[in-house]
Formats: sequence, C-alpha cells, structure tokens
Amino acid sequence: MGNGLKKFTRSQLVIPLFSLLLLVVFNLIRDVEFFSVSIVTNNQGNRVLSGNLISILNGASAVAIISIGMTLITSSCKGQDISVAAVAAIAGSVFVSVLRSNEITVPVIILAFLFSCLVTVLFSTFNGILVAIFKIQPMIATLILFSAGRSIAYWINGGATPTVSSPLLSSIGGFIPGIPIPSPIIIMVMFLILISLVLRFTNLGLYTQVVGINEETAHLNGINPILIKLIAFMISGICVATAGCITVCRIGLINHETLLLDAEMDVILTVAIGGTALSGGKFNLYGSVIGAYIIQALTVTLYAMKVPSAAVKAYKAIVIIVIVMISSPVVKEFAINLYKKLFKKQVGTNIPMKAS
Amino acid sequence: MKKILALIMIAVLTLGLAACVATPPASGQTTGTSSGVIKIGIVNNPPSESGYRAANVADFERVFNEANGYKASTFYSLKNDEQLNAAQQFITDGVDYLLISAAATDGWTNVLENAKNAGIKVFLFDRMMNVDESLFEAAVVSDMAAQGRMAVQWLKEQELPEYNVVHIQGAMGSDAQIGRTTPLDDEFAKGTMNCVIQQTATWDEATAKQIVESVINSGEKFNVVYAENDGMAKGAVAALDEAGITHGVDKEVIIIGFDCNKWALRELLAGNWNLDVQCSPFQADKIDEMIKDLEAGKTLPEKIVINDETYFDARTITQEDIDKYGLGD
Amino acid sequence: MQNNVVLSMRNINKSFPGVRALQNVDFTLRKGEIHALMGENGAGKSTLIKVLTGVYPKDSGQIFLNLNSGLKEINVRSPYEAQNLGISTVYQEITLCPNLTVAENMFIGRGNYSLVNWRSMKKKTAEILKKLNIPARATQQLGTCSIAVQQMVAIARAVDMDCKVLIFDEPTSSLDEQEVEKLFSLMRELKSRGVGIIFITHFLDQMYEISDMVTVLRNGELIGEYEVKDLPRVQLISMMMGKDLEDVSTLQKRKISDEKSDVLPIYEAVGLSSTNCPNAFDFKISKGEVNGFTGLLGSGRSESVRAVFAADKITDGRIKINGADVKIKKPKDAMMHGIGYLPEDRKRDGIVEDLSVRENIILALQVMKGFFRPFSRAEAEAFADEYIKLLGIKTASMDTPIKSLSGGNQQKVILARWLLTNPQYLILDEPTRGIDVGTKVEIQKLILKLAEDGVSITFISSEIEEMLRTCSRLIVMRDRKVVGQLKGEDMTQDNIMHMIAGEAVQNG
Repeated sequence: MGNGLKKFTRSQLVIPLFSLLLLVVFNLIRDVEFFSVSIVTNNQGNRVLSGNLISILNGASAVAIISIGMTLITSSCKGQDISVAAVAAIAGSVFVSVLRSNEITVPVIILAFLFSCLVTVLFSTFNGILVAIFKIQPMIATLILFSAGRSIAYWINGGATPTVSSPLLSSIGGFIPGIPIPSPIIIMVMFLILISLVLRFTNLGLYTQVVGINEETAHLNGINPILIKLIAFMISGICVATAGCITVCRIGLINHETLLLDAEMDVILTVAIGGTALSGGKFNLYGSVIGAYIIQALTVTLYAMKVPSAAVKAYKAIVIIVIVMISSPVVKEFAINLYKKLFKKQVGTNIPMKAS
Repeated sequence: MKKILALIMIAVLTLGLAACVATPPASGQTTGTSSGVIKIGIVNNPPSESGYRAANVADFERVFNEANGYKASTFYSLKNDEQLNAAQQFITDGVDYLLISAAATDGWTNVLENAKNAGIKVFLFDRMMNVDESLFEAAVVSDMAAQGRMAVQWLKEQELPEYNVVHIQGAMGSDAQIGRTTPLDDEFAKGTMNCVIQQTATWDEATAKQIVESVINSGEKFNVVYAENDGMAKGAVAALDEAGITHGVDKEVIIIGFDCNKWALRELLAGNWNLDVQCSPFQADKIDEMIKDLEAGKTLPEKIVINDETYFDARTITQEDIDKYGLGD
Repeated sequence: MQNNVVLSMRNINKSFPGVRALQNVDFTLRKGEIHALMGENGAGKSTLIKVLTGVYPKDSGQIFLNLNSGLKEINVRSPYEAQNLGISTVYQEITLCPNLTVAENMFIGRGNYSLVNWRSMKKKTAEILKKLNIPARATQQLGTCSIAVQQMVAIARAVDMDCKVLIFDEPTSSLDEQEVEKLFSLMRELKSRGVGIIFITHFLDQMYEISDMVTVLRNGELIGEYEVKDLPRVQLISMMMGKDLEDVSTLQKRKISDEKSDVLPIYEAVGLSSTNCPNAFDFKISKGEVNGFTGLLGSGRSESVRAVFAADKITDGRIKINGADVKIKKPKDAMMHGIGYLPEDRKRDGIVEDLSVRENIILALQVMKGFFRPFSRAEAEAFADEYIKLLGIKTASMDTPIKSLSGGNQQKVILARWLLTNPQYLILDEPTRGIDVGTKVEIQKLILKLAEDGVSITFISSEIEEMLRTCSRLIVMRDRKVVGQLKGEDMTQDNIMHMIAGEAVQNG
C-alpha cells in the first residue's frame, strides 16, 4: 500500500490530478451544487444529462483529442505542431463541403469524415516531412500551415460560412436519441480506448519515447526515427480531423476564422500540464487528456464566476502559471523536503507500533 | 546543405501562399485614353478575412467590371504598409478613382495628398480613416453603434415584463464589438435591462455555446440572448436546444443576431430566432452612383454616407428579403 | 605538517534514498601534492567530490580549507561558491562553451558582468596560454580545439582563478597517449606551484605515474590513505575490489588457443565501406572467435565496426553470413542476422536515459520481435529480472531510470540488451571504458565465457592489455586503413606498437 502510494507520487500523473482536484474543491466551496448533474428533456425530446460537469467533459473533448496527437509529436520530435487548429479548420471545411454536395446520410457522413481525415493526414504528413526529413524545428515547420491553414479553409468554403443541418449531425455534435451522454464525450472515450489499445498492442509508446530521448540509440537499435516521427504526425492528423468534425457538428456551421481559434495554445498547455516535457522524451497521454479537462474546468469556472470579458485571459494565465509552477522540479523538491520534515517523527514512531 | 534546401523550400512555399492570398497590384495597365472606360484602383482587405469581407469583395467585383464601363485593379492586404504601397502604385499608374478600405486608420494623409495632387478622386468604403475630409470625395461606411441601437430599440419595443439578457460579445476591442455593445451597456446602466452574463466568445460559435451552457447550469433565468454575430447566436441556440429551452417567436428566449447571413435569415423565417440586424457589405452600388454623378459634373451632397442598413423581424421577414439581403448561401 | 594541509574533510556522511553513499569518510590534501582518489564505480568518489564542490549538501561532517590564515571550516553551497573559494574541477566532459572563444571561456562567469574589456581579456588569456604552454590562440573558438586542449583551457581558467584545490575528474579517458603526457606535464607544473590536485582515474598506470598519495574508497567507506610508491598494484586492486586477487590473475591465464580458421566464417565482408569508413576493407570472424580492432583514437577502428553493423550508410561491399549472401543496409538488418553492437559512446548512442532499466534491456529484442508484437509486462519483467541477476546490475529496481545508475551498471544494461537478443556475433566497442576495475574484469570474463559458448565477438579497447588478454586475432588500423593482422605468438604489445607506427613486425 505504502509502496503503491510512493509509486503514485512519483508518476507523471500527480500534478495534473492534483491541479484538477484543487479546481474541483475550489468550485465546491464556491458552490456546493456546482457539479450536480440533472436530467432535462431537450428540444428534440430526448432526456439528457445537463450540468457543469457535463459541460466540462463535453467542451474539452476537441482539445483532449488533439492533445493525444500533440503528445506523440512532442515526445518524438521534441517540439510542437502549432498548425493543429488551422488544420482542424481545413478538416471542418472539407467535411462540410462533402456533406453539402450530397444528401446527408450515415454513409455520406462517414465518407465525409474519412475524406477530411485523408486531407488532414496529408497536411500533417507535409509537416512531418519538414520536421523528420528536413530536420526543421517543429514550430517553424508548422508555422507555414499555422498561417496558411485558415486561408486554405476559406478557399474550400468559397469565402462563406456554410451551414449544414441534419438530425444525424446533431447526434454527433449533441446527443444520440436515447443516450443521455453527449456524443463528443462518447467519441472522446472511444478515441482514448482506441489509442490505449494501440499503445497496448504495438510498440508505438516505446519507440516514440526512445526516438524522443535518444535518436541515435533508436537508430542503432533498429528503429527508424523518421518513420516514427511521420507516424506521430499522421496520428495527429486523424486526431485533428476528428476534433474539427466534432466541432462542426456541434453548431452545424463551419467558420474557418473561428473554428477552434487559439486551440493550438490550449493543446500545447494541456500537454505540458499533463506531465510531458515540451522538450520531448517520456510522455503521458492520460495526463494530456486530464490537462484538457483542467483547462476546460477553469474556463467554465471563470464563466460561472462572471469574470469580465476583458479579464478572462488574465485570470486563466494566473491559474496556469500556478499549475506550471507546482509542476516545476524546484517546487517538487521543496514539497518533498517539507513532507520529510513534517512526517519524519511520525515515521519513527510508526516502527515500534508495527512491532507491537 | 539539407538545411539550406529546407529554408529555400519554406521561402518558396511562403511566397507561394502569400501570392495565393494577395494579388499584387497590376502595374503596367493599358494607358486607357479610350473614352468611356473609367480606371479605378481598389485597395481592400483580403476576402479570407471574413464572410462579410467575401461578400464585400464579391459586391465590388459585381459592380466594377468592364460590362459596367470600369477598368478595375484590386489589391488585397491586411497590412497597412502594403496597402499604402499599393495605393501609391495605383496613383503612379494613373487611375481615375481610388477606392480604399484601410487596414488601419492612420498613416494615409501623405498618400491621399499625392492622389489629390495627381487629380485622382478618392472614395473610402467600409472603414473610415484619420485624414482631413478634404482629401476624399466621400466615405461609405457602416455605423456599428447604429446597428446596436437598432437592436436595442427593437428589444425595448417588445415591452417584455422584464429583460434578463445573456450578452455574448465579439472579439474585445473590434469596431463591431464596441459598436454593438455600447447601446446595450447603456440599458444595463440605466437599469431597464438586467445583465445575466456579459462575456466574450471572440466570434466563436463553440465558445458562445459554452457560455450559454454555464448560465443554464447556474440556474439563472434569462429571456434574451443578444449575440453580436450570427455564428455566436447559432452557438447559443445549440446550448438552449440541448437544455430543452425553447427560443424564437413567442417562446421562452428571444434570439438576436447580427450580420444577416442567409442561413441566419432562414432561422428567422422558421421562427427560431427573433431578430437579425444587417451589417451591409454592399457599398459598391452607392460608390458607382457617386462616380457617375461626378463624371456627369455634379457635386456630391455629403462626405460621410452611412450605409442604409436595416433589420429583420422574424414575424415580418419574407423569402424575398433573404434572397436580396442574405450573405453567403 | 599541519600547516601544509590545503584541504581536510572529516567524517563526511551523505545518503541518498536507499543508499548510504558516504560513511564517515576522511580526506586530506596537502600543498603541492597529487592525490589520487581510487575506487570502483559506486565507491563514493563522485559523491565525495560533489559534496566538496557544493553540488550535493552533506548530511554531516566538516570541511576545512586553508584560507591564507590557516585552516577554516567552510560550508560550500554551490559550485560557484566552491570556485570562489579556490576549488575548481576539470571534468572528463568539457563543461565550457564550445562556441565561444578561448578567451571568453577563460573569463565567462567571473566577477564583473557588466563591463568587459575585450582587449585586456585577450591579452591576459594569451599570456596564460603561453605560460602554461597550451597550444591555442585566445581568439580561437574553443570547439575547434582538440578535447585535450579544451581541458587545458579549463585548467588554465582554474589556475588563473587562483585555485588552491584542483580536481581532475577522469580527465584522461578521451585523450590519446601524447595528450595524456601533455596533461601530466601541466599537472606537474601546477604541483610545483603548490596547487593541491585531486586526481580521479580508472587507469592504474596513470595513477602510478603521476600521483604521490592515494585514498581508496569502497562502498562509500574509507579504506585508507597510502603513499603510492609503497603500494603494490595487486594490493591496490584488491583493496578497491574488496576481494582476493585470484580473479584478476587467473583471467590472464585463460586464453583461447584454438584458431578455427578452416571452418566457415560466421560473418564475412568483402570490400566493405561506409560513409564514415571510406576505405573498403575485408573482414571475417568465425564461430566462437574473439578478435579485435586496434589502433590509435581516430584510426578508424570504431568506424569499421559501425560499418559491419550498418550503423552508418553502407556505400559498398558484399556480406556473407554463414556462407550465404545477405544484404545488411541498416542496423535492423544486422540485428535480424544475429549481430549485436555495443557502441563506443554509451551516453550518446547507447542508453535511453529517461527510460527504465527494464525498457532499456528489452529494447533491441523488442525491435527484432516487431512493432505490432510488444512484450507483455510480465515477459519484459522476467527478461529484465533474469539479466539484472545474471550480470549483477546494481539498481534500486528494474523501473529505475537508467540515468540514475553508475556508468558501469549502465554498460551492463546495454550488454544485457544485446545478450537478450541471443546474438551469434557481438561487437563490443570500448565496453570497458570509463568503468571501474571490478566491472572491467567481469566484462572480460563474460566475453571469454560467451566465446566458449560459441558467440563470435569483436572487441575494441583502448587498453591493449585487455585486448591481448581476450582476443585471439587483432586487426591493426592506422589512418583509417587496415595495416595488418596479428595472431597467436605475434600478438605482443611491441608488435602492435610497431605496426601502428608503420614499422616491420619482429617475429618473436
């Protein structure tokens, strides 16, 4: 038991979980009812879950999904892809334009999704080639699509903000009739399970980390670093397409200018909070996902506190600075020393108690 | 070596992309002395800026073409210095008229003086700039505050027993946000309306949805959603739908949007929304009319021309309105 | 006598979670003395130095330093403070900035930051370089100097900062013999100026050549302080290892005598060349043979074995494994043909520092098994457990990150990685570099044991003695070319030297 606790305190998940806990406690003190979940009947006549908890889980899904891909890129390439949000806008635009040129049925939606996946994977691979083969720093390489992505999306949309509406789409972005949980949450969970299975049944995790920590060793042990980096970018492409399509389905509208605006920064932050060093190496996918929930919980908290519009970003920044500070090695060491000082005597008295 | 190659590749790509976005000013125009053809240079923001801008650009392309007796060259940029250079280039090329929607309000005096000295007449459209009124013939602009006043006035006419407003703002500091926020803020200050939440969604639909969700989750009652553009109104409505709150004509919550996208007007027609206020991107006809007047030797009556803008009430809107005024498709 | 003492450490204790790194260790350094600190890896040498230089805080004990007015207790809290007190360190890895000039490196981080007088800085640097006979220019970029000169610059920097205690932490491991000689003459020069020098090394010869006194540590405990000239080597080794010397001496007697030249070679290359090894060479090895590449640093011995493993891009050559033509274009091909490669630079090419010992052990076998067939946790743990026990790897657990292990144990982990793949041919490039005597002997024994079991081994070491002890055939290289082969009776230190020097071999 004690050993398990020790292991846990050393794992990368401690800080994100601790931060999430702090936010939860803060909100509970502020408003005991904050996380209460109720069942309401929505305008489609379905009985669905409602409440801040659902809002947080639902609202974070897009960022959480993108952060999975970003974690892999961060780990293997020692840098971040800042074009994810712009590429998501492209994915959404492709999705909508396929849907608009056909009658919306389940196979068409699947086709549209696969098509947007294909497009984003191509764009991501382009990024990947710049990073893996031409050895350009990821942030610089992805700067190209960061600035051009939304223009490409504009071109796909023909300059407008096209809308699509169909009950099928609202069951992807909202609720499937008969299921009270928002579909984005379900998609997120499915995605997480899928990725867990991939990590469980392939060596993706090991190879990615080895490449990120020591590329030369990877090469000398028969791993192809270029391939692994490209795979990371391709997986990220699929994540980005999924997030883009979910976001489109939520509202039934593609606005290439605002779709997932600034999400790349949230995603990078999410990865950092999740315990993956932005300089690459060891990663923690679940940490990243938890990080996404932390950021969303923070946003919802600020809305609930009615923080003025102009100040929202400042408040967010303060909390994030605090979170990042707690996870810094300096603070960690201080905490460990403090713990030792406080509990040293107790440990001493524990031993005779065990003996008796 | 690889690095150099990569750098070149990036440079080529960036240039290529830049070329896609901005059409450089066409120099070496035919020195058209052919009578009847009016040469104009248009300096605008790129259509990719927004749906509004796309409609604006399309409107100018519709009016200023050879079929209507114009020889038009256009330059798009979001950057003021590039716009200034392009305008100077147009002056050098010797256009008859210069039409400008400035990226920033300052720094134009020199260029406009050059134009005046060269005998080139200048029209401003969509955005005003900080220059002396003598330097341009006329400015055709939208009045964002007027749009806000229109919406608030309409809201007051509904004579609700009480006004509990969810106010979703655009990106803070933008013209549209300031113009559309101020009249509502005045009502909040006077106490005639009650502000449930005032929060920016930075024009983003999904963020608007989250803001409304948080209000619903807090259990506070509201009967008006005032969203500063159509997209955010749509996001807000998505949140209401999920929570089982009715909206639209004679329903629990009144929905107000801005910009008059076609899809938004269709929501009005279906009675799902209540009001949409126009922000007209159509200034070309007005300028065309004024140029024709000048060519005919008339003088223009006023310097600042406010776009005729209107609003649509769900109870009175017709399909013709949608076809005529709706943006996009 | 007492006023001769520069530094005195008394009853130093230091523990890390689970380990008592130092237990009541005393250490005394006198003026103008070169004092060697010897011990196996994990004996506590590095910890003692780190306590002295303020990298780690000590748990208890006292440190006295002679500050002009006699011995005074000091409390060092950071390497910077140590430097200001006159305690400087020269490391094996250069800790200066390679992209700054020599002069900048001499003066960086010293005193007044805001005002830099470049001209006087250059002039002063040039003077010091000349005085200490260091072949570098003040304006030269440090990175363009050889490692040895870079070290000398680090020394010059310390000397110029008026240091009383100068610590050399494994300074010679990446130097060739001439450079070592130069370093030693510099050390003697400093000694004559009255600087107290602490010298940490794994090379017994060098220790005997230069040191006056030696302090031996074992498992964090002080074994004793001795005058070097009174201490026989055998005794020193036995004190360091804490066991009888039989192990070491018996090793020397065991030697593979048989030469299996008539049987089919397990690996044969004809006209092999790579981007890093442009001169094509022929090479073969038969089952159970131990051979070696020897030559000076930079002679191309590492590049040759890298070509065998296809670690660099292969440009030409035909390869046969057990007589059959095969293509080996990348490391994975070599691995699939049963070749293992332990790289020269453990830190750069060998370990995956943030990953656990377990992950580091299974890495190669895992890659051979395939991307879609990961080992289960239980399998991986069983493998790791087996090899941690087999090689006696000292680690808190198999989940410990490899970077927290000592150098020798890291090397054992890499060895375990390749042994786990059950190779038929193992290439070991400097497996014994930078590790303690005990582990060195263990590794040599392991090589012979593996060879007995039928594994072919190519072994490279800077210590010719080690190679003579283990190899049955030596390939001698000079200037990136194979200049000859030696086997059997011809394999003597003399002959190797002659061959490297380009002279005729004397048949013995």
